Amino acid sequence: MKFDILKHKLVPHHEILSQEEVEKLLKTYNIKKEQLPRMLLSDPVAKAIGAKEGDIVKIIRKSPTAGISIAYRLVVKEII
Amino acid sequence: MASKATINALIKKGLSKKLAEKVAEYYTLTQLKKVSYEELEEKIGKDAKKVFEKLGRKIEGKEKKEEGKKEKRKGKRRKKEEKEERKIKERTVKDEILKILKERKEYLPPIVVDELAEKIESKKLHNKLRIIVEKAIEEYNKHLMEPFEACGMVAAQSIGEPGTQMTMRTFHYAGVAEINVTLGLPRLIEIVDARKDPSTPMMTVYLEGVYRVNKEKAKEIANKIEVTRLINIAEIETDISNMKVIVKPNLKAMERKDIDMNDLIKAVKKLSKVEIKEGKEKIEILPKDENYRELRRVSEEVKNLKIKGIDGIKRAIIRKEGNEYVIYTEGSNFEKVLELEGVDKTRTITNDIHAIYNVLGIEAARNAIINEAYETLQEQGLNVDIRHIMLVADLMTSDGTIRPIGRQGISGEKASVIARAAFEITVDHLLRAARKGEKDELKGVAENVIVGQPIKLGTGSVELAIDVKKLGKVKK
Repeated sequence: MKFDILKHKLVPHHEILSQEEVEKLLKTYNIKKEQLPRMLLSDPVAKAIGAKEGDIVKIIRKSPTAGISIAYRLVVKEII
Repeated sequence: MASKATINALIKKGLSKKLAEKVAEYYTLTQLKKVSYEELEEKIGKDAKKVFEKLGRKIEGKEKKEEGKKEKRKGKRRKKEEKEERKIKERTVKDEILKILKERKEYLPPIVVDELAEKIESKKLHNKLRIIVEKAIEEYNKHLMEPFEACGMVAAQSIGEPGTQMTMRTFHYAGVAEINVTLGLPRLIEIVDARKDPSTPMMTVYLEGVYRVNKEKAKEIANKIEVTRLINIAEIETDISNMKVIVKPNLKAMERKDIDMNDLIKAVKKLSKVEIKEGKEKIEILPKDENYRELRRVSEEVKNLKIKGIDGIKRAIIRKEGNEYVIYTEGSNFEKVLELEGVDKTRTITNDIHAIYNVLGIEAARNAIINEAYETLQEQGLNVDIRHIMLVADLMTSDGTIRPIGRQGISGEKASVIARAAFEITVDHLLRAARKGEKDELKGVAENVIVGQPIKLGTGSVELAIDVKKLGKVKK
C-alpha cells in the first residue's frame, strides 16, 4: 500500500506547531499568518501528518549552505 | 595411479618418501599446482600443510581466511571506537560553543558550529576556544547580507550569466549509456518554466533487500516495469483472405522477459469485439464484424497490446554502482513504480518535478528543483553558488504549488500593471487596467525605474526624517 513518504530522501522533517508556538513565531517576526509561505491542504505531506487548514507546519530542512535551516508554511485549502 | 616421476619430483622438492607416495596416489605435479588447500587436506590430512610449504604455495585455506577476517574486523572495530570517542569529544566542544553563543545572544549556522568543534578538537585548541568563537561570530556578522539587498537581481544575474555559456546541444547522452536525457540550456528552461511533462523523463530506481545485490532479482524488477508489447514477443500476421490476425509467440523472447502463455492469453482476451481461438503454437484473433476496417483496427491493437510493464516506462536498464544494482528507466511513472516490491521507496527519484510534487509534496519538489537545476549547471561545467538556485526554487514553491517563472506564473502575478506590461503582452495589460480603473502603487523595481523614481531597495529602502522635538536640543 502507500509507503511512508516522510521517510523519502527528498522530504524533510515536518511538524505541526502548537497554538503557543504559533503565537511566539508570529510575535518574533512581527508578521501575520497570511504572510508566511504556504502549503496546500491536499499536499501529500499535509495529509500524512494530519494538518488542518490554518495550521502552521514547521519544516526542518538540510540546507547545503547552513547545515540545518528552519522554514514555516501555512496550510491553506486552495490558492485563490 | 602413483607415477614414479611424480614421486621422484616430490622427493626432490623435499617431501619424505612416504608422503610423496601418498600424494602421488591422488595428484600429478601439475594438478598439485592448482589444487585447493581444503581438497588436499581432505585427501591426505594435516600433511597438506607441509606439501604446500614445500611446493612454495600459499595456503588460502579456510583457517587463514578466518584469521584475515578477524584482523579486519578488529581493525574496523578499533576505527569505529576511535570515531565514537572523537564524536563525544567534539560534542562537548560543541556544547561549550553553543553555551557561549547563548550568553552572547548570537547565532552561528549549525554547519559552522560543527566545523569549529571538529577543528578545535583535532588541533587541540581548547584553551583558545572563547577567542575563536568570538572571532567566528564577528566574521559571520560581517558576511551577513544586509536587509533590502537586491538578492533577487544578484541571483538572476548569477544564473543568467553562466547561462549564456551553455550550449543548446540536446542530443548528448548524459551519464547512463543508451538513455537520452535533455541537458544544458533547454533543460534549465524546462525546470524554470515548470513544464508539466519534461521532454526526456527518466527515473533512477534504487532497489532494496535481496533485489539490491542479486542480478537476477534486479532483472526481475526491470522486466516488471519495462513495457513489453505483443509485437516484441510474438510474430503477428494479418491473414486478409481469412479475415483473421495470427499471433505466433516467440518463446525465447517470452522467456527473456519472464512472460508465460497465460499472461499472453489474458492480455489478448482484453481486446474488444473479437473472437479468440487458441491453437497449439499460435493464437487466432477474428474480428466480430468481418470487414477490412475492423481487421485493420484489430491488427493495430494487437500489435500494440501491452503484455507486461508499467505505463510510460519505455526501457529499463540495469547498472551496477558500487556493490548494488540500480535501474535507470527511459520514461517515468513515479507513483506506480514506487508501489512495487523490491523498490527502495526512500531513494528512488525521477526527473519529472511535477510527479515528485504529486507524490511527495511541495518541500520534496523544492529540493528536486534545486538538485535538477544545480546538476544541469554542474554538468555543463559551470559553477553557480547553490544559494541563487535555492532562492529561485523557494520563490517557485512559496505558495504551495509549483509556479513557473514567466507569464503564467510569478511574473504574471505581479501587482504592478506597469511591471507586467513591461514584461510581455504590453497593450493587453494596459488596456485592461485602464478599463478597470486599476491603481499602480509603484512598490516594485520595474515600475519605479520606468517612472523615474529611486527604487525601494538598497539606498531607497530608507527615508530621512527630522525629529522636530530634538531639533531644539541641537547646539547652535
